[in-house]
Amino acid sequence: MEIVLALYILMLAAVAGYEVIAKVPAVLHTPLMSGSNFIHGIVLVGAMVALGEASGPLEQTIGFIAVFLGAGNVIGGYVVTERMLQMFKRSDQPKPANTETGAGV
Amino acid sequence: MSAWLNSPWLTAWIIPGAYFLAALVLILGLRAMSSPVSARKGIVLAGLAMGLAVLVTFVHPRVGGNYLLMIIAILSSGILAWVSAKRVPMTDMPQMIALYNGMGGGSAAAIAAVELLRAGHGHEVGLLTNSIAGMGALIGTIAFSGSLIAFAKLQGWMRKVWRFPGQQYLNLLLFVLTVISGVLVVIGYQHDLLSLNMLLLAFFVLALIVGFAMTVPIGGADMPVVISLYNALTGLAVGFEGYVLNIPAMMIAGVVVGAAGTLLTQLMAKAMNRPLSNVLFSGFGTGDDGGPADEGGGSMQAIEAVDGAILMAYAENVIIVPGYGMAVAQAQHRIWELTQVLQKRGVRVRFAIHPVAGRMPGHMNVLLAEAGVPYDLIEDLEDINNQFSQTDVALVIGANDVVNPAARDDRSSPIFGMPILNVDHAKNVIIIKRGRGTGFAGIENRLFVGDNSRMLFGDAQKMAHELIAGVKTL
Repeated sequence: MEIVLALYILMLAAVAGYEVIAKVPAVLHTPLMSGSNFIHGIVLVGAMVALGEASGPLEQTIGFIAVFLGAGNVIGGYVVTERMLQMFKRSDQPKPANTETGAGV
Repeated sequence: MSAWLNSPWLTAWIIPGAYFLAALVLILGLRAMSSPVSARKGIVLAGLAMGLAVLVTFVHPRVGGNYLLMIIAILSSGILAWVSAKRVPMTDMPQMIALYNGMGGGSAAAIAAVELLRAGHGHEVGLLTNSIAGMGALIGTIAFSGSLIAFAKLQGWMRKVWRFPGQQYLNLLLFVLTVISGVLVVIGYQHDLLSLNMLLLAFFVLALIVGFAMTVPIGGADMPVVISLYNALTGLAVGFEGYVLNIPAMMIAGVVVGAAGTLLTQLMAKAMNRPLSNVLFSGFGTGDDGGPADEGGGSMQAIEAVDGAILMAYAENVIIVPGYGMAVAQAQHRIWELTQVLQKRGVRVRFAIHPVAGRMPGHMNVLLAEAGVPYDLIEDLEDINNQFSQTDVALVIGANDVVNPAARDDRSSPIFGMPILNVDHAKNVIIIKRGRGTGFAGIENRLFVGDNSRMLFGDAQKMAHELIAGVKTL
């Protein structure tokens, strides 16, 4: 890839990443860190290509490690984030119950 | 099948198109995750995009073999990660994020290793590409070993903090050696005594040690910032390797995380009112700076749960300040139950969350959300801090450094200047604490010996249970 083109991609992606996070409530900091952790799991794609191109036992072993680690990043990152965000969905439901007790005060 | 796989359409349009779509949806997914309403939709979208990208890679023209190895690696690691991520209790989420992040960094580093090996053995790629591979290798490896240390520390496997005089110079020396070996690898230095493979090995081992040495002296209190930083570093490493492998989607997703993670790290460091360099190099959060020695002025006054229950039951206003102790004891459900019991008696109960309470920003919010505490009862530091003076009882559950008044007025304290919750301004303070020891940062806390403070020693869950029982009998 041409380096100038790569620099453009770098710049635009950096701006996008910055903008996406800029106005996030503190409540979502942890899930968002977890979510971005999942997103860099795209490294698995690169690891698969690296292993796919690898020849000889040394390259194959390292490529295998790359895919192994990358898959852990993807699956673990997804499950943890999903579990966390699921709770946020549920937490909407007790609200009416709470206004009831609030009215009783 | 093979005719279809060899079709020029697949290579020219379908595979790049799928990657393009995946990159777009990953960014949109991350964006959706930044609002509570759409957050769940965001992770599902991102998951679909990731699935598409991975599936398409199986038919990528450059993947010429090793399919069996690939599938074994994905299945074995995937199952392990799935089971561990499903089983881990919510309170241990921060270290799991650290672990999976470390794996991502390690993966990027391993990709770099393969590419550097191939470049060194006849596959000509050019100095620029090789340099970028080397940088990604360095950053990814540091993120890998650093994240694993962070994991071990949060998991409680590594309580000790190693610090000795001149440590930072040693670290600097290690780093310089790592960079030198990296440069030799990148330029493809060859010598009879020192083959490229040996150099590459030395480079990675040194980089592993650098990540290790960087993280070991940092105390547990600073781990949230550190994990966030390593998350950003992994993103950057992934972006670099994306360039090396010529996969734009990987570049984009990696750099997006690199930038977002850097911003998140800064937000956290700002919440602690300390520059990032301070977090990494000052040794705060280790306890070796010691607290002010002139602490002899008072002693802790203990209280029984029954008496604490009376104080709270007859109060008008109660503010609950949760900290990591609540997470450790899994007390969030009990605390919500206590809140409801008090609310029934007409007590106004609110929660005050310090931005860095727990092991991650928002950690307490996640736990309270899990217990079912509605958002409108939870207040941030800025919104609630001036209201402690009109509060009858402040209940501190396993929080320490974020309520330490020394941050306000003791210049010698290592946490001086960090915004804290002004719990000591409340008429009564009840502090649930497991023992008399110092907090994770290892600093003495004057709050605990204040005239208006009462210590309720015990496990947070058990104590909350006793408080509930106490309030109910009244």
